Amino acid sequence: MDLYQELILEHYKRPVRAGLREPFEAEVRHVNPTCGDEVTLRVHVAGRGGDAVVEDVSYDAMGCSISVASASILAEEITGGSVTHARETYEAMHSMLTSKGEDPGDEEKIGDGVALAGVAKYPARIKCALLSWMAFSDALHQAEGAQQ
Amino acid sequence: MTAAPFPDEELARIRADFPILTRTVRGGHPLVYLDSGATSHKPRQVLDAERGFYERTNAAVHRGAHRLSEEGTDAYEASRDTIARFIGGRASEVVFTRNATEAINLVAYAFSNAAAGGGGGHGDRFGLGPGDEVLVTEMEHHANLIPWQEACRRTGATLRWVPVAEDGRLDLTDLDGLLTERTKVFAFTHVSNVLGTLNPVTELVARAHAVGALVVLDACQSVPHLPVDVGGLGVDFLAFSGHKMFGPLGIGVLWGRPELLDEMPVFLTGGSMIETVTMERATYAPVPQKFEAGVPVAAQAVGLAAACDYITDLGLDRVHAHEQALTERLLAGLATRSWVRVLGPADLRERGGAVAFTVDGVHAHDVGQVLDDRGVAVRVGHHCAWPLHRALKAQASTRASFAAYNTPGEVDVLLDALDRVPAMFGLEVHA
Ligand SMILES: Cc1ncc(COP(=O)(O)O)c(C=O)c1O
Repeated sequence: MDLYQELILEHYKRPVRAGLREPFEAEVRHVNPTCGDEVTLRVHVAGRGGDAVVEDVSYDAMGCSISVASASILAEEITGGSVTHARETYEAMHSMLTSKGEDPGDEEKIGDGVALAGVAKYPARIKCALLSWMAFSDALHQAEGAQQ
Repeated sequence: MTAAPFPDEELARIRADFPILTRTVRGGHPLVYLDSGATSHKPRQVLDAERGFYERTNAAVHRGAHRLSEEGTDAYEASRDTIARFIGGRASEVVFTRNATEAINLVAYAFSNAAAGGGGGHGDRFGLGPGDEVLVTEMEHHANLIPWQEACRRTGATLRWVPVAEDGRLDLTDLDGLLTERTKVFAFTHVSNVLGTLNPVTELVARAHAVGALVVLDACQSVPHLPVDVGGLGVDFLAFSGHKMFGPLGIGVLWGRPELLDEMPVFLTGGSMIETVTMERATYAPVPQKFEAGVPVAAQAVGLAAACDYITDLGLDRVHAHEQALTERLLAGLATRSWVRVLGPADLRERGGAVAFTVDGVHAHDVGQVLDDRGVAVRVGHHCAWPLHRALKAQASTRASFAAYNTPGEVDVLLDALDRVPAMFGLEVHA
């Protein structure tokens, strides 16, 4: 089954940067109502405009291997990078996951995220993989609002 | 019950009636459909009946006087009669809705519409307001919970619920405190769609009636699987969906005691449900038409009647015995796997053909996906019973549910496929 890449199972069993931490500018909670998966996610952004950096993404994810692994991959890829990079990564992940398999994902942009490419062929699971990314996008938006 | 499960040859004949069962999925695996609790498949007899209606009779029934309209109306009303008799009721007591969800909403709205002065009803049995209570249970499908939450919100009444015990049965210890003179309606499920728990309906009905509460029974998971007789159960209302009992999508049934249906205010309004109409007001048709606004779901009714006939021909006692045997086989298989936790009653006599379980350390989505990879279709998630899962401390579960067409071999395929789960997700299995 191409869904469960070794890398996904690794992230699932040992999620990177898991747990909720301080400081943070925004905290969001997203749920997947069809299965009850939940993620609480915090972002800590430092600096402004073009210099803004995502200092920390911390999260508490309860759900299937796909949703937990996706949160872990997100934290790994995004933390320490610029906000611009975070946005690009989000767009690239979103595009791959909703492409029905057309977009295989670009490892340059999304790193371990490519391991989730197989999810696009399982429509019922796309929401699981997207959950933490939607939460992150939401949190980033709020964090920037809080900075204004 | 002394009926026997279907032997192999008979089972093969039954399966041949369901065209979809010859399908393969996911790279050639035969479909092992264990999700009939969500929706069942349809036999040729039902598909033919529905198609026959469209090909020969199609008309807006109860409207117009041409030949097709007459025949369509006859077919629709004859179907009502068949479906009513299937549950031991009379045609005049059966209201067709879109599904069970709408049937339950119809009753819930009767309460709040009566409180708001809605038309078409009389008497005060359907008044609901501050100080009144609605009782449900913690094991309800959302379809028998949210309509009551909202009815309480609209009227100021209070929602209370019977808790679920750890073993997946209703905890009735405090029922006297929950079911009181203040209780206007007690709505509960006959059989849990998650746990398969068979609730003690006649006992609960007696307790409810003793305090003057009306009883609404969600029979979605009982009518398709065991003989149900509205008279014997003593309930006031009973709701079920056609699509879970070999019938078409798009039709549900509300059975109600005739005097109560008569007292209830109208719900959906428009054409077909009226008696006279002026610009200022309308008077309403008698039951059941007063609750069937819009062009009736005639083809679906004809299909559902064919489904009732189909089940009657199989024999509901045989269907029940067959599903019980499958349930027993699955429970026995799961019991030998220490990493599986079965939710719900252990005793076969207290449960129907739905088995929900969790696998330690693995989310139901992942379990379901591994099964699906072998062609096994089960339900994963909270199965529209989120509070129940919370009560049982399960975030989600995997549910297998049976119908007459399932085979013992399919149970074995499920168990085999399940055995891939621990290795895949790196569980330490102590067998
Ligand atoms: C116990 C129970 N009640 C209510 C429903 C709602 O049925 P429907 O969605 O057909 O209205 C279902 C099935 O989904 C069910 O299993």
